[in-house]
Amino acid sequence: MTAPSPLWTTLTAPLIRQNPVTLQILGICSALAVTTQLPTALTMAASLTIVLVLSAGIISLIRRHIPDAIRLIVQIVIVASLVIVIDQVLQAYLFEISQSLSVFVSLITTNCLVLGRTESFARHNPPLPAMIDALGNGLGYSLVLIAIGAVRELFGAGTLMGYQVLPLAEQGGWFTPLALMMLAPSAFFLLGGLVWAIRTLRPEQAEPPEFATPQIPEGME
Amino acid sequence: MSLWDLFLSAAFVENLPLTLFLGLCTFLALSKRPETAVGLGIAMIAVMGVTVPLNQLLYTALLAPGALAWAGYPEIDLSYLALLAFIGVIAAVVQLLEMLLDRFLPAVHAAFGVFLPLLTVQCAILAGSLFMVERDYSLAEGFVFGLGGGTGFAIAVTMLSAIRARLAYADLPGGLRGLGITFILAGLMSLGFSSFAQMAAQ
Repeated sequence: MTAPSPLWTTLTAPLIRQNPVTLQILGICSALAVTTQLPTALTMAASLTIVLVLSAGIISLIRRHIPDAIRLIVQIVIVASLVIVIDQVLQAYLFEISQSLSVFVSLITTNCLVLGRTESFARHNPPLPAMIDALGNGLGYSLVLIAIGAVRELFGAGTLMGYQVLPLAEQGGWFTPLALMMLAPSAFFLLGGLVWAIRTLRPEQAEPPEFATPQIPEGME
Repeated sequence: MSLWDLFLSAAFVENLPLTLFLGLCTFLALSKRPETAVGLGIAMIAVMGVTVPLNQLLYTALLAPGALAWAGYPEIDLSYLALLAFIGVIAAVVQLLEMLLDRFLPAVHAAFGVFLPLLTVQCAILAGSLFMVERDYSLAEGFVFGLGGGTGFAIAVTMLSAIRARLAYADLPGGLRGLGITFILAGLMSLGFSSFAQMAAQ
């Protein structure tokens, strides 16, 4: 078996092994707010991935020309311009979804994930690997968003993408929607559970204990 | 809605991290110790109290649809530039605040440490200005909304850090340690804060 090429590793590593949301704590802000329904979660995931890939490509192209002292401002301006374009496109073609996303599309600008990747990867690498790394991270972020969005919509309203999957009790079925799933706390619980599950399956991701239990010497008890 | 109601609603009912999920990155990363959490909270109140009214002035004077009528261009709508303008104002205010504190109150500056520059890319602060546009706040409302939002963030982050400090010695399952338990704590706090929404509805 041949070793996987470095580009392939760059693409797949952030999917689960180094997932930006559950391991690197990047971009959580928007990951939770837009996941009450699957369609908004999908739109948000797609918008973020596009912004991330394009900004990584652009910043990587001009990486030799950005002075170090003002690089953050340059990066933010590039990202903000891309976000404005995406926001206008969404308002033009997907008006309803863009209304329900409210300010969260604009907030992609300050999403730590975008700046985190451009700052730590795109700034030091040529355009192709930078964009592939960005794509991988965008997909990793999308995976978490879609998983949480699907669970919240399925159990909160009995639907998936707007189609009735579980028959509701008030319409003669058996399913009573869980109102909690539509509220803020459930997103925290679900993401906490997801982190727990991933770290139980991959113990190397678990954080070391902050304080070691002192060992009681023999014969002291 | 009176200004005091607006303050309470911004601080508790629409708590930035716990109800709207804004500013979670710093909320989770800097809540390990109460001392840093208090510093972050005060910085948030200061920055939000300044940037939201400043952006309100900028938006109504230059960017809103028809705002350039005084210059003879009533049909120009620059509101799509709001995002860039707000980010610029926030970055400038944070930088200015840092320089002023460094010059006149070095002790406070040292207490803020690295958090101050980090606030430039804090989603909660930018969101404050964006909500101000979406809801058409006046200058006074914007100021109160900024202060309230900052106060709510400060309260939430201080409470979370206090709980995490108590949990430092707890024997948690390996996978739950650190990030996992913090999410669940934040969820429980969020449950508590959602009761404020019930109170506001009555």
